[in-house]
Amino acid sequence: MNDDLRYVYAVCRPPAAPLHADLTGVGGAPPRQLTHEGLVAVVSPVPERDFGREPLRAHLEDLRWLAETARAHQNVVAALATVTCPLPLRLATVFHDDSGVRAMLEDESERLHRILDRIDGHVEWGVKVWLGAASADGDGSGDSGSAAAASSRAPRSGRDYLRRRRAGNAAREEALARADVFARRLHGDLSRYAADARLHPVQSGPLTDAGSGRNILNSAYLVPRTWSEEFLELIGRTEGTRPGLRVEVTGPWAAYSFTDDPDAREEPHGGEGAARQDAGGTP
Amino acid sequence: MSASDGHAGPGFAEPFARREIALVDVLDRLLAGGVVITGDITLRIADVDLVRIDLKALISAVNAQVPSPWPTAGEGGGDPGGRGAEPERAIEREAS
Repeated sequence: MNDDLRYVYAVCRPPAAPLHADLTGVGGAPPRQLTHEGLVAVVSPVPERDFGREPLRAHLEDLRWLAETARAHQNVVAALATVTCPLPLRLATVFHDDSGVRAMLEDESERLHRILDRIDGHVEWGVKVWLGAASADGDGSGDSGSAAAASSRAPRSGRDYLRRRRAGNAAREEALARADVFARRLHGDLSRYAADARLHPVQSGPLTDAGSGRNILNSAYLVPRTWSEEFLELIGRTEGTRPGLRVEVTGPWAAYSFTDDPDAREEPHGGEGAARQDAGGTP
Repeated sequence: MSASDGHAGPGFAEPFARREIALVDVLDRLLAGGVVITGDITLRIADVDLVRIDLKALISAVNAQVPSPWPTAGEGGGDPGGRGAEPERAIEREAS
């Protein structure tokens, strides 16, 4: 077992309450807490044959393996979040041994403390806005509905076809513009209830549920735990106000999207943080 | 709003453990979020030996690098460029 590596899920402040006894981490081993210099790293042993640099690289190309690992990681972080306010580490942060983890805690201590200060007492909520919902029938109110109805009859001529096509395009663009206005306003409103906000790239990849429609907004909000209720109520009030638009909420998450260094963000560019996508600190 | 069913409460203990979260949402956070311990540390401390993998390539594979609707805070107003840059796939799906 000595050739095992150390997978680190998150860092938090001591004393972290004990983790549930049957909690398992990546690879099935139970995570434990490694305390060093006022910080706790939550770690579990992982085999070198899977998590050494080369095998890890290969595994990460495998969506099934990636999905399994990501879920195990999220599982541990979520369990931690029920007892403390964990600072998640990037997926697949692996050290050779405990002393490597300790050295990291020591060397990164100031930055980690700064971020822990920021997220303390907060949770992350994800909000997505979708245009054109799952069902072709249910949501067909407004222009998209009439466009659909029109196109259900066969065009009488080439000109007729082109006319319908133009009408369809115009309706789509208008719907998109309205969705955009709605999303901006929602984002503005929600940001006022949040300590911080991030815009993630909209979801469109192969993993996105094909029936979801078009993703207009994909954002994350760092919300004081005590404000979560108001935050969700605010979203609830938008329900049904815009036909064809759907608001989806995920969370509460640990503060995955707010792990960049607060200090670094004060630097020159000075832009208001909200629009910094990918701010998660990609090196 | 669809996902607040049953776990919207601000109560802290239970909401974290609940139904399975969509993989795309998990990966959205885990591939782009979380503190990155950079390789520089390995250089500074001889025996840290961090096994670090750059996930950037993967992020593009899983979640096509679509520009955010509003690239910078400064640019108010519409964003025709950003829209135009969205992958064909999204448009195709909408058209079908």
